[in-house]
Amino acid sequence: MSNAPAMVIAEEPIRRAPVAFVELVRTHRRVTVGVLLVALLFLIALLSPVISPHDPLATDPDNSYLRPLSPGHLLGSDELGRDLLSRVLWGARVSLPVAFVAVAVGLVGGGLIGLTSGYAGGLVDLLLMRLMDALLAFPGLILAIAIVAALGPGLRNAMIAIGIVAVPVYARLVRAVVLQLKEMEFVVATRSLGANPARLIVAHFIPNLLNPIIVQVSLSAGFAMLAEATLSFLGLGAQLPTPDWGQMISSGASFLTNDPWLAIVPGAAISVTVYSFNLLGDSLRDALDPRLRS
Amino acid sequence: MTAHLLELEDVQTQIALRRGAIRAVDHVSLTLDPGETLGIVGESGSGKSMTALSIMRLLPRAARITGGRIRFKGRDLADLSEDEMEAIRGTEMAMIFQDPMTSLNPVYRAGWQVGEPLRIHRHVDKRASIAAAVDLFRKVGIPDAKTRVDQFPHQFSGGMRQRTMIAMGLSTGPSLLIADEPTTALDVTIQAQILDLLRALNRDYGTATILITHNLGVVAGMCDRVLVMYAGRVVEQGTTEDVFVHPEHPYTWSLLRSIPRLDATGHEPLRPIEGSPPDMGRLPAGCKFHPRCPFVIDRCREEEPDLREVRSQLSRCWVTQAGRSLDSPDGR
Repeated sequence: MSNAPAMVIAEEPIRRAPVAFVELVRTHRRVTVGVLLVALLFLIALLSPVISPHDPLATDPDNSYLRPLSPGHLLGSDELGRDLLSRVLWGARVSLPVAFVAVAVGLVGGGLIGLTSGYAGGLVDLLLMRLMDALLAFPGLILAIAIVAALGPGLRNAMIAIGIVAVPVYARLVRAVVLQLKEMEFVVATRSLGANPARLIVAHFIPNLLNPIIVQVSLSAGFAMLAEATLSFLGLGAQLPTPDWGQMISSGASFLTNDPWLAIVPGAAISVTVYSFNLLGDSLRDALDPRLRS
Repeated sequence: MTAHLLELEDVQTQIALRRGAIRAVDHVSLTLDPGETLGIVGESGSGKSMTALSIMRLLPRAARITGGRIRFKGRDLADLSEDEMEAIRGTEMAMIFQDPMTSLNPVYRAGWQVGEPLRIHRHVDKRASIAAAVDLFRKVGIPDAKTRVDQFPHQFSGGMRQRTMIAMGLSTGPSLLIADEPTTALDVTIQAQILDLLRALNRDYGTATILITHNLGVVAGMCDRVLVMYAGRVVEQGTTEDVFVHPEHPYTWSLLRSIPRLDATGHEPLRPIEGSPPDMGRLPAGCKFHPRCPFVIDRCREEEPDLREVRSQLSRCWVTQAGRSLDSPDGR
């Protein structure tokens, strides 16, 4: 009996190959939930023009400050009588693309730096990594605020700023994996088949990087959403009258004592979204880590 | 004189370390004819693998060829650009490595990897390259080839992975195959299978093979000629038979004495080689083997011998060059 677990481990070799995604989603319940939540968010963003009961920008002074569950306004309305539900649904169209672009900026920038740094080594590695350390020395949000302050407020600059904050995270991740891969004999073996360094990196390194990157992407998407909301809350991101969650909290904050739902509803939207991405990232990390597999 | 397939002339490769450069390959010369099998034997750190990587021009970054000439099919490899070298690797020369566990890319299916040289050099598409991989798998004796090409390396045993590596190396029909300790990481029965396979391929396709190993038994069963390396130098070179029957260098002599023989008559004890392999950064003066040599004479401590003809082979030893034979060390 005591031998049983050891036998099972021996029969199943550590699997570093990419696990079929469908298989992964099917067998890990937390991954399933994470995938469903994130998919739902994207669906909402996609369908918001269809499913919103009202125009998110249409004001209706006669029906302002309606409480949630009012007839015609499920989540109530704001100080100008705009339907809160419609604004939250449309807000997904702002937040998700921002997170997407910011993560893409971080991934591409950080990925290239990490690949260069890890593959080249030596002085190049040293300089690039010290630069990344310098970026990491600042708290993420403070750095993002500073960059937006320098570039000027607006959604586009907010995306760039959040992307830059994510760069060192990806750079370090990719570099670490590349350093590990470089030691493996298949690198020399592949070169001995006549592959040039470009092919080695593109065709042989990048597929090995996918698993850790997928995990990091879902985790940093959560951070990007939160950072975007924060920047918009501070007036550095989305500008009026764009229905943006952070911006909605910011304007709702003035009415917190009497009409708290104006801030609570978009706040809940942010929480659910960030939670979904973090759940996905976290569960993927556990599911893809061979050491943590039972 | 017929042209050699591969000719190394006084090749020197140095590795730069913080405390100075070490000569990993020190004036190594060798020749290999088409279809021939050459064994390179030596302890860890004797420069065997560095010699192989020098030929492939795949040395680690800290290492550099500092002298000598490597001619392959009449061309001096030093004259080739990196692009030209890439065109030769995987088509005309291929290499297989010691550790089949890490020499395959873990994220790709075996068939895809075996087809990689064909895609790189022959520009065949993925489907055709995998079809070719099925054929190659059959040639190297992987059963159930059709299923196996779709599997990942972790689903293969060590012996199967080494077969996969061999299939990969052979896919373009190279004229030179360098096998760097191809059986060291495998257990004995699998070793024998892999060696049989290499021998069969050498016979059937006429691929010239350089077999790098520290296992003398492997060399005896496979190689036409053998080259013994110590401290980056060639200490003895000759046909396998000559070297095994009458070694003319005390190092080879000691190596042969240190392995058990089934046909041993009487009670000749096994003799381990005393001492340990030399520190490449602080090599002794004179003959590099003299601190461990049972035949040492005064001259060995001062002057390093050249590689000279002794009987039918070449040896780098004052004792045998002076005409004495290695029977048993004086007074021991």
